[in-house]
Amino acid sequence: MADATEARLTTAPQRWRLVKLIRLLAAPWRDPFAAMGTVIYAVFLLIAVFADVIAPHDPLEILFTPDGNLARSEPAGWQHPLGTTNLGRDIFSQLVVGTRAALIVGLTAAVVVALIGTLVGLISGYFGGSIDAVLMRLADVALGIPFLPFVILIAGLLGPRTSNVILGIALLLWPNTARVIRSQVLSVRERAFVEAARVTGASNARILFVHVAPNILPLSFLYGSIAVGWAILTEASVAFLGFGPSDRISWGYMLQDAYASQALSRGDYNWFVPPGLCIVLVVVAGFFISRGYEEILFPKLKD
Amino acid sequence: MRLILTRLAQMLFVLWVVATLLFYMFRLMPGDPTVAYIDSTFTEEQIQELRRTFGLDRPLHEQYLIYLRNLIVGEFGESFHHRRPVLEVLGDVLPNTIILTLSGLLVAYAFGTVVGAWLAWKRGTWVEAVTIPTVLTLRAAPEFWLGMVLLAVFGFKLGWFPSGGANSPGATFPSEWSRLISRDFLWHLVLPAATLALYLQGLPLLLMRSNMLDVMGEDFITMARMKGLSSWSIIMRHGARNALLPVATAFALGFGASVGGNVVVETVFSWPGLGKLLVNSIAASDYPVAQAAFFLITIVLVTMNFIADLIYSLLDPRVSHGRRH
Repeated sequence: MADATEARLTTAPQRWRLVKLIRLLAAPWRDPFAAMGTVIYAVFLLIAVFADVIAPHDPLEILFTPDGNLARSEPAGWQHPLGTTNLGRDIFSQLVVGTRAALIVGLTAAVVVALIGTLVGLISGYFGGSIDAVLMRLADVALGIPFLPFVILIAGLLGPRTSNVILGIALLLWPNTARVIRSQVLSVRERAFVEAARVTGASNARILFVHVAPNILPLSFLYGSIAVGWAILTEASVAFLGFGPSDRISWGYMLQDAYASQALSRGDYNWFVPPGLCIVLVVVAGFFISRGYEEILFPKLKD
Repeated sequence: MRLILTRLAQMLFVLWVVATLLFYMFRLMPGDPTVAYIDSTFTEEQIQELRRTFGLDRPLHEQYLIYLRNLIVGEFGESFHHRRPVLEVLGDVLPNTIILTLSGLLVAYAFGTVVGAWLAWKRGTWVEAVTIPTVLTLRAAPEFWLGMVLLAVFGFKLGWFPSGGANSPGATFPSEWSRLISRDFLWHLVLPAATLALYLQGLPLLLMRSNMLDVMGEDFITMARMKGLSSWSIIMRHGARNALLPVATAFALGFGASVGGNVVVETVFSWPGLGKLLVNSIAASDYPVAQAAFFLITIVLVTMNFIADLIYSLLDPRVSHGRRH
């Protein structure tokens, strides 16, 4: 599969680089699944940006009914599209505002993971030798550490902050990207145009970032889009276990709140089903987009 | 043999790095460096005893060597919360976690391989068009949320299964074995194991399907078809056998990963296992237990990765025993 990718990616002359990048970003539109995933992402992105406008209430505000009673565990209706929590908070507003936390964690972690993975893969594959050996042993170690327990441990010891959750995710998720990129670099660096650049006296850094890097960029995108889903799932799990920030509404926080407030035994499905569905939608969208990239990058996999 | 030794060395290296990381993580915490082993409510005698065992009054590099030696002999100190040796606390919950993980995995892999093989046969039909997106969706669902929905429906609403724990409160058993094979335990096991299975079935299913599709294109399948064998016999006797190898490897990897990933399912169902112990001990700052539980989960993960490697090279003679990657 590497050969096919390579042939597709390296035949175009360099001045086509910009065009290639645009094509790459537009790639999802050619696959119906990937197009659907992109639409889902776009909708959630809009919701996150305009969360303050869409949400009818402050997500943490304690609401009262017109006759002055606490609006506790109200069913879904006109007043509250998804009802209220047992403390009288509007569930729909929490859901809307929670989109922000999910996307911030998901996108930040994905960018960091793709960045570290790409850099390590590039350096490891290009220079080889002892640098490669050290980096790959480091990757072995990161893959040998249990993922979720590690993120919980980081959040538990360093404090329940979003940045610590992202740190934990970034520290362990980069090796998969790095390994794939490394093997791609191993074949790209043997190609004629790299040799030509070397002969004309280009520095290592220039060869690496100007000649090699653009050819492995699609892989970075692919692994980045997979990492978004992982990061959102992880953030939700960490928040559910009680190691997320307690002043920031996220879908995981809502589920933890519902679980701890006995919403399960009361059968308040309007409370704990929607946040889960939102997580499923975002993660599925990530799967679909990465599937679209895969089919375009590795046409052989298509069956 | 060389391959096995190299892998073994790699595995020990990873464990050593994790142990070292843990040592520094728990000692660089704010406050007294002895906080990793000594709780302020311990008696003076206990404190002296623990100081001696872990060399807490010695310089850091000596502490480190003592720490490594203690890890090897399984000396993890005293739990702040349970007031018992950490090893005993771990021993109590380990069987629960192993049984939960194994039963969830077995159901998931039995279901996944059969349905995956069948789907490969049904390629291009409406069955595939419905099943694949469903499987992908289940894989995208947070494990704990699946558990919450199952718990709300089958535990609380219908009342078919208990709402949590591994045994009914107050139930007593003559021995650990009789507890693990009791009907009471199995009844408690159903929902958490089902959650795990629902979450895990996607990987073996998709793997099996794509392997089957690969295998189906091979000459010996065409040969079997020409001999006029039934489709079922072709799938099972000729196709599946060859497609199973990556699934077997995934099973070993899945076991290693699940023991750590179980933290959320065990929390939803209050299942007294290793994952829940880890979560509780971190939340309660019971550092000796947190350290030991994390290390144990790492050992399981690394060992299963090693076994997966072995299975792969033993079952598939084509795997080269040369250099890595």
